[in-house]
Amino acid sequence: MAATLQVSLWRGGTEGRYVDYEVPMRQSQTVLDVVTFVQRNLDSTLSYRFACRVGMCGSCAMTVNGRPRWTCRTHVSKVAADGRLKIGPLANLPVIKDLAADMREFFVKWQGAKGRFAPSKTRFDPIERILPDSAPRIAANAAIECINCGVCYAACDTVRWNPDYLGPAALNRAWTLVNDVRDAGNTERFAAVAANGGCHACHSHQSCQEHCPLALNPTASIAGLKRRTAQVYLRGEIKP
Amino acid sequence: MNVRLYIWQRGTALLLLPLLLLHLAVIFYATRKGLSAADILARTRGSVAWALYYGVFVAAISVHASIGVRTILAEWMPLPARMVNPAAILFGLLLAVLGIRAIAAVVLP
Amino acid sequence: MSLLAHRTSPLWIAALIHRLSGLGLAIFLPFHFLALGLAISGEARLENFLRWTDQPLVKLSETLLVGLLAVHMLGGLRLLMLENFAWRGGQAWLALSAIAAAAVIAFLFLASMF
Repeated sequence: MAATLQVSLWRGGTEGRYVDYEVPMRQSQTVLDVVTFVQRNLDSTLSYRFACRVGMCGSCAMTVNGRPRWTCRTHVSKVAADGRLKIGPLANLPVIKDLAADMREFFVKWQGAKGRFAPSKTRFDPIERILPDSAPRIAANAAIECINCGVCYAACDTVRWNPDYLGPAALNRAWTLVNDVRDAGNTERFAAVAANGGCHACHSHQSCQEHCPLALNPTASIAGLKRRTAQVYLRGEIKP
Repeated sequence: MNVRLYIWQRGTALLLLPLLLLHLAVIFYATRKGLSAADILARTRGSVAWALYYGVFVAAISVHASIGVRTILAEWMPLPARMVNPAAILFGLLLAVLGIRAIAAVVLP
Repeated sequence: MSLLAHRTSPLWIAALIHRLSGLGLAIFLPFHFLALGLAISGEARLENFLRWTDQPLVKLSETLLVGLLAVHMLGGLRLLMLENFAWRGGQAWLALSAIAAAAVIAFLFLASMF
């Protein structure tokens, strides 16, 4: 008889409970495969989110045995000790249903950190020359690959303890724009990340860095923001 | 936590580093043959230097500790947000008052 | 709490130790100031108190406090370096050394009293 996995899935909204299912073990099985099996064969009322299923979009992020992960890139063999899996929606976010978390607050905070480009030139101006080995560009490139999957936000305890905290992803994006020489929004951006719940709320636990599937380092970006906002504040350019 | 509180907390931390190293050295020196009131007071009574050193120490620690406590109150305690700052300030004042009283106790002749 | 089971990274534990040591020191400080303030009533009052602290249990607590002081200071130094200098890897090692150094300092304090 083929081996089976004992799988507990969160069912319900913010209130709910874990429900147990038995799923056949397969070779090279991912956690997303397991969730898909349950929805297709055991309980079609299960709600979950995915898109590319190849580790590019970040949509399938869930809490797997206590840690936030991309389920399509998590092999069952790596995480299911004793053939047991406990899967829930991403932490630190409201739950829409079952395994789907409500990402709106994550994106509201993204905007709250001024994580959007503010242009300084028009299409009639000459194209800005950005040297790839310039210090600002190197700093921006190190943090630019974020696809807003929310794993760092779910992993962060400061997000859990401090409802005002903008979070690692939003601040990481703000840092890339601070280092973008074409951007003209830094005064507003520094004021936004220097206010309550901004970069200074970070305690450098580095859970974000530990869990980021793209190996980004929001703690380093946030340290950069702390340095720059301190300088700007001491020069009197912002008054949060 | 915002940039203003951050600067004050990190700033006092920097100030406290050398003060604390000296304090640790004093602790080890003073306790090497058993602590006695006579020994302590012989060092501190009438000393402007100790008064200044401990004065700066108390000021820095009152600011540093109250900001730190504020963060713990805001993140770990179910206090309403508007009570967090007053509670932290109260704690800072408590430290400052007790600290200055302690300095007066050992320095004034 | 099952939440703690997944927070085993040395850096997370270092941050927790930093917070708890700070809290411990913050609670201790008012008592420290009150004890020194006994000298207002004269040397004898302070001396009596100091003799009370000669008990082994108190000496052990003092050792713990020296440890808390050292670990909080060294952990804070690590944070200041992290926030103000170029990012460097291998910080778990740095965090663990700081904690070890603090333990050594506390032990030296304990040893110096016997």
